[in-house]
Amino acid sequence: MTEPTEPPATSRSYQAEALRLLQRLQELRNLPALPGASYSEEIKKIQDRLETLRNRGASDTAWNTVQIARHQDRPQILDYVAQSLPDFLELSGDRLRGDDKAIVGGLATLGSRRIVLIGHQKGHTLKERQERSFGMARPEGYRKAMRLARLAEKFGLPVVTLVDTGGAYPGKDAEEGGQAGTIARSIEVFANLRVPTVAVVIGEGGSGGALALAVADRVLMLENSVYSVISPEGCAALLWRDSAEGPRAAEALRLTAGDLLELGLIDAVIPEPTGGAHTDHRVTVKRVMREVQLALAELERLDAGERLSLRRKKYLSMGSYAIANSR
Amino acid sequence: MAKYVTVQVTRKEPAAAAGDAGERCKKCGVPLEEGELEKSLRVCPHCSYHYPIPAQTRVEQLADEGTVSFIGEELRTADPLEFFDLRPYPERFSEAQQEAGLTEALLAALCKISGRPAALGVMDFRFMGGSMGSVVGERFYRLAQSAVEGHMPLVVVAASGGARMQEGLFSLMQMAKTVVAVQLLGEARLPFISVLTHPTTGGVLASFSTVADVIMAEPGAVMRFAGARIIEQTTREKLPPDFGSSESQLAHGQIDLVVDRRQLKEYLARCLSFLGGGGTGD
Repeated sequence: MTEPTEPPATSRSYQAEALRLLQRLQELRNLPALPGASYSEEIKKIQDRLETLRNRGASDTAWNTVQIARHQDRPQILDYVAQSLPDFLELSGDRLRGDDKAIVGGLATLGSRRIVLIGHQKGHTLKERQERSFGMARPEGYRKAMRLARLAEKFGLPVVTLVDTGGAYPGKDAEEGGQAGTIARSIEVFANLRVPTVAVVIGEGGSGGALALAVADRVLMLENSVYSVISPEGCAALLWRDSAEGPRAAEALRLTAGDLLELGLIDAVIPEPTGGAHTDHRVTVKRVMREVQLALAELERLDAGERLSLRRKKYLSMGSYAIANSR
Repeated sequence: MAKYVTVQVTRKEPAAAAGDAGERCKKCGVPLEEGELEKSLRVCPHCSYHYPIPAQTRVEQLADEGTVSFIGEELRTADPLEFFDLRPYPERFSEAQQEAGLTEALLAALCKISGRPAALGVMDFRFMGGSMGSVVGERFYRLAQSAVEGHMPLVVVAASGGARMQEGLFSLMQMAKTVVAVQLLGEARLPFISVLTHPTTGGVLASFSTVADVIMAEPGAVMRFAGARIIEQTTREKLPPDFGSSESQLAHGQIDLVVDRRQLKEYLARCLSFLGGGGTGD
């Protein structure tokens, strides 16, 4: 029997093959036990192949997804604006110190709604990336986000955030300017909003810098985006003492949209066009905006108090622990 | 759900690294008399260097004698991701439990502080770097709930390397969970005082510990969101060794007070007497 050619290293091909094998396995198991017929050999072969796929697929999948999530051409907040929000009015500044271009925010009309849109912009070209610190925000950026969230609250506008950052900016000024406390206060502000809120992780959801914009009634993720407590490289450097172990850390952290949906930490996954979001901005943006509108429509059916109480309940119940049998 | 055997919270302090008879202060080098360090709450009487202390000791130092009852001890670490790096996660936390004599990195107690009923949480850096996972988050929440129910203030002494990586996004979500828990206190007009000790970093510094009504810190404690190495690698800025110290955080307006451990209980009591809370619960 000829070995099938190695499938290309994308999550979908692994998953497709695994799915086919699982279906075949199910068929074989459901076959009536006819005298003289034994399927055990084929079953064993399928199980072995599944195991191989699982081992290789899992590590490759997570790491590949990280690469797709970080792709330079992946649509960023300003691409969403260009594709779907023609009347976007960008607002700037934290009213205290400066304007952080790692975070973009403003007013827009989405379908029949007026919204406040806030998100990270990493930049596509090297020049833009430098101007925007690769989407790594400083306290000024989180203060701008909080200010716009409060503006939304005042005028009863729903808040949509698009999350795409490797993390908060790690710098001396940022630290001295209260980076940690500002992130904490941003979490606090978004947790307490009475207007409907939807967060979409559209690329990289990097740790506290992402969470500062990602506390919401509904948290959605694009299929090839990732959301993690630490970058795989950072995790590898700390736990494996080797940042080259990123692929293994990526797998262990369970940072893909599918994993996080399964763990109950996000609400939905938005499928990307074949080949990834960067291959078709128009289709990606359309799908994201449709899901955002559906979520907002659902949230608007609740009254503000109920929404706030459900949001709090959701976050207060997050965690996974065991209960010891007391004696 | 896994069954665990209840581990007794030992009140015994682990072998002191400094301060034994014939030892010198590892900071200033001055010889220390036997028991001298313990008497001054493990602060060097000569140079005021603050030695790290176990959570159990901290509770003894802050709570009135005979008033302590621990809560949330039945909550135990789980392994939701089946995390395996060089060693499996359950092996790491079991070892931490043995070494620290604690069930998790946050010890949660109901007690009295200078006669005033209070909920008191103390983190312990010896337990996996004081990292915040699901049990720390849930115990924090239960402390906040108890405080609201008993109409008491909440005091939490932080010491943490940040989020518990082995619990992945569950641990990041504890930042949101603890911040929301603090809101419950605020709405009940109950004070939350945060005490930052060496070191308090990452996700703990960027969550409950900095949304407190009053933030105190021990002298010389280091507080940073990002690790020094990450900052130097990303920005090529050289950081002074005391970068992010209590004193510099005070100068930059990030905290309220730097308080010597020997005066901490007195400062907490003074602060609580101004902000109210307590008095009706017991």
